[in-house]
Amino acid sequence: MGLPSMIKQSSCLSSLTHPQKPPFPARNAQNFRDPDANFRMTATLFSARRFKSVKAEKQLCPLDNVDHNQVLDLPGGKVVLTPEMRFISESPVERAQCYRVLDNDGQLIMCSNFKKVSEEIAVKMYTDMVTLQTMDAVFYEAQRQGRISFYATTIGEEAINIASAAALTTDDLVFPQYREPGVLLWRGFTLQEFANQCFGNKADYGKGRQMPIHYGSSKLNYFTVSATIATQLPHAVGAAYSLKMDRRNACVITYFGDGGSSEGDFHAALNFSAVMEVPVIFFCRNNGWAISTPTSDQFRSDGVVGRGRGYGVRSIRVDGNDALAIYSAVHAAREMAISECRPILIEALTYRVGHHSTSDDSTKYRPVDEIEWWRSARDPVARFRKWIESNGWWCSEAESELRNNVREQLLHAIQVAEKVEKPPLAELFMDVYDVPPSNLCEQEKLLGETVRRNPQYYPSDVSL
Amino acid sequence: MTVRDALNSALDEEMSADPKVFLMGEEVGEYQGAYKISKGLLEKYGPERVLDTPITEAGFTGIGVGAAYYGLRPIVEFMTFNFSMQAIDHIINSAAKSNYMSAGQISVPIVFRGPNGAAAGVGAQHSQCYAAWYATCPGLKVLCPYSSEDARGLLKAAIRDPDPVVFLENELLYGESFPVSAESLDSSFCLPIGKAKIEREGKDVTITAFSKMVGYALKAAEILAKEGISAEVINLRSIRPLDRSTINASVRKTNRLITVEEGFPQHGVGAEICTSVIEESFGYLDAPVERIAGADVPMPYAANLERMAVPQVEDIVRAAKRACYRSVPLAAAA
Ligand SMILES: Cc1ncc(C[n+]2csc(CCOP(=O)(O)OP(=O)(O)O)c2C)c(N)n1
Ligand SMILES: [Mg+2]
Repeated sequence: MGLPSMIKQSSCLSSLTHPQKPPFPARNAQNFRDPDANFRMTATLFSARRFKSVKAEKQLCPLDNVDHNQVLDLPGGKVVLTPEMRFISESPVERAQCYRVLDNDGQLIMCSNFKKVSEEIAVKMYTDMVTLQTMDAVFYEAQRQGRISFYATTIGEEAINIASAAALTTDDLVFPQYREPGVLLWRGFTLQEFANQCFGNKADYGKGRQMPIHYGSSKLNYFTVSATIATQLPHAVGAAYSLKMDRRNACVITYFGDGGSSEGDFHAALNFSAVMEVPVIFFCRNNGWAISTPTSDQFRSDGVVGRGRGYGVRSIRVDGNDALAIYSAVHAAREMAISECRPILIEALTYRVGHHSTSDDSTKYRPVDEIEWWRSARDPVARFRKWIESNGWWCSEAESELRNNVREQLLHAIQVAEKVEKPPLAELFMDVYDVPPSNLCEQEKLLGETVRRNPQYYPSDVSL
Repeated sequence: MTVRDALNSALDEEMSADPKVFLMGEEVGEYQGAYKISKGLLEKYGPERVLDTPITEAGFTGIGVGAAYYGLRPIVEFMTFNFSMQAIDHIINSAAKSNYMSAGQISVPIVFRGPNGAAAGVGAQHSQCYAAWYATCPGLKVLCPYSSEDARGLLKAAIRDPDPVVFLENELLYGESFPVSAESLDSSFCLPIGKAKIEREGKDVTITAFSKMVGYALKAAEILAKEGISAEVINLRSIRPLDRSTINASVRKTNRLITVEEGFPQHGVGAEICTSVIEESFGYLDAPVERIAGADVPMPYAANLERMAVPQVEDIVRAAKRACYRSVPLAAAA
């Protein structure tokens, strides 16, 4: 029996069995973004869309031709019976393969299947990867000089950052972990804006409320980094549900590390995303380490991609140091996520070349040779450069000009950011609530008076 | 001896005294702890008793509770108590209540420990004090060491205790050195849970504090002494049970009370102390109780605002002077 007919049959079955049942309780409808929308209309469209979905049936393939003595017919579908006692192995016969387009020398692998990239996009991708690399070098140095309190680099993960962002549109929402500033860079966050955040000055969109690298920009649909690992994953599913209700032509992408995949939030997010059928891309940066914890101490599954099937989420593993493969995989994932309203899991295999953060010295727990090998022989930026050079899109003159330019812009940006005033006292009490309650207004007034009266005890850089 | 060494030696001695004691958490083994509190323990006790866990606070906390249900004495380390929020269900609903719900059939001898409260420059999600949160919950004991002697004596007491203990350390104190008595270096040394310590005797005003704020209170007391005010500083040590009798006895002597904490003011530790004094020693009070706490806002990152959001020594000095009527109350002057 062919797949299409199975789908047809089961989909009409589901609409027959639940003719009256709306996909969500009516009271939720009141929370729709547009309060004037005609509920009946929205609900019908929404439920039609939901009922059109046959994923559940498709995934757990119906066994209509099998003798009913050989199947167990359960509410969750039919399962074949067997007299053989056979435990399912804890590991797959073969590990999930890793999709790659560019070889280590930046040459296209024969017969590879990938999404074409224009010269303009390819050059911007490369330029942004170099900018990210340079930003890391300059900001890291600024931290070492004590000018900012903290920093974490993205070294080794430039392709993941930039190529995944390049395959999306700015309408797609981003829920980052913290090692994805390149996504913001791609979307147009300026070097000055990065510097303002790291210096926590008045111009920072977070008003100096968050540690360095906890960037956020509502204009660029980039949700502010949250320090608690993996909390962004269920948030992404919730936001994707909102996109689905609005029937927007966009998806959510959320990034997380191999370490993040251990939190309960990861599991809840994958499960809910499948059941709620929402357009979300889970992008795992499996870089081998979570601070000093290697992946072998983190999980015993076939990486993170192996979990996708367990939750009914379509998944792929890609070479995280191959910008073209990442670009192609995210592009395809986005198409499927939006057109089929489904979650997709991508696991990018890579290596965290930098220390975890400026509070870490990773040579204490991993061999220097290993780090160096990834830094030089596996550099994703150099690999992509070879490819654009072989296309005649890049040359060494352009390279040195770019690197010098970016470095200068960055040095300038941090000088400016350093001189911008710190947030004023009033900012201590703003935004705790939408409207400051009277007790906070009183506290602000009292504190202002105290500072005026005893200026010697307070920092001089607090403007009242 | 630094607070770090005090904690490390307490862990070491208790692990060596009782094979059922083991340590688990993120980065506690190979990395020797995010703040190096477990230095050398993996080497000495092996990976069966010093367990590096995946990043799943709810997971390893639940697993710790299960191990405590069935004969082991786990010490669960949180990289910071902020991340214990991922696991609070196991701390409150499992650990704190099981002995009661099972009518004593299931005891839960477990210690939850790690740095708590504001560090420096790490923002809202890394800088919260959970003393009042855990201290509100029956079934838990909540300890907050200040000095190296506190750290050693209280941690040893926590590990030996048959009940679940929340042990709140402070990152900024780890590197601080305190003189220690010979007695407190003995491996049998242990401090009683539920007893406060009078760090400095005085007669004009009582200042209660815990953790890092004890140091601030002591500095304030020194400044006050120069101006002729004799402050008594109480190091609470134990937030639950709270040593109400020591606090009340002191207030009955000084007739004035200042409470200091870094946490949020509403429903805080100071609020509880104030109530206790009003209930038991109202007639002895000569001035309104002053509560010093963190600002009622999540912790900002920017250094200038961060400093404004946490109590400073001068805040304690001024409050004490107001209580002693040596400075015009602010509100009246405004
Ligand atoms: C809930 C929670 N637990 C622990 C931490 C401390 N922490 C910060 S980053 C990190 C490691 C994360 O590793 P991974 O997800 O692999 O990301 P990577 O740093 O490799 O990019 C840990 C344990 C945290 N921030 N939040
Ligand atoms: Mg990682």
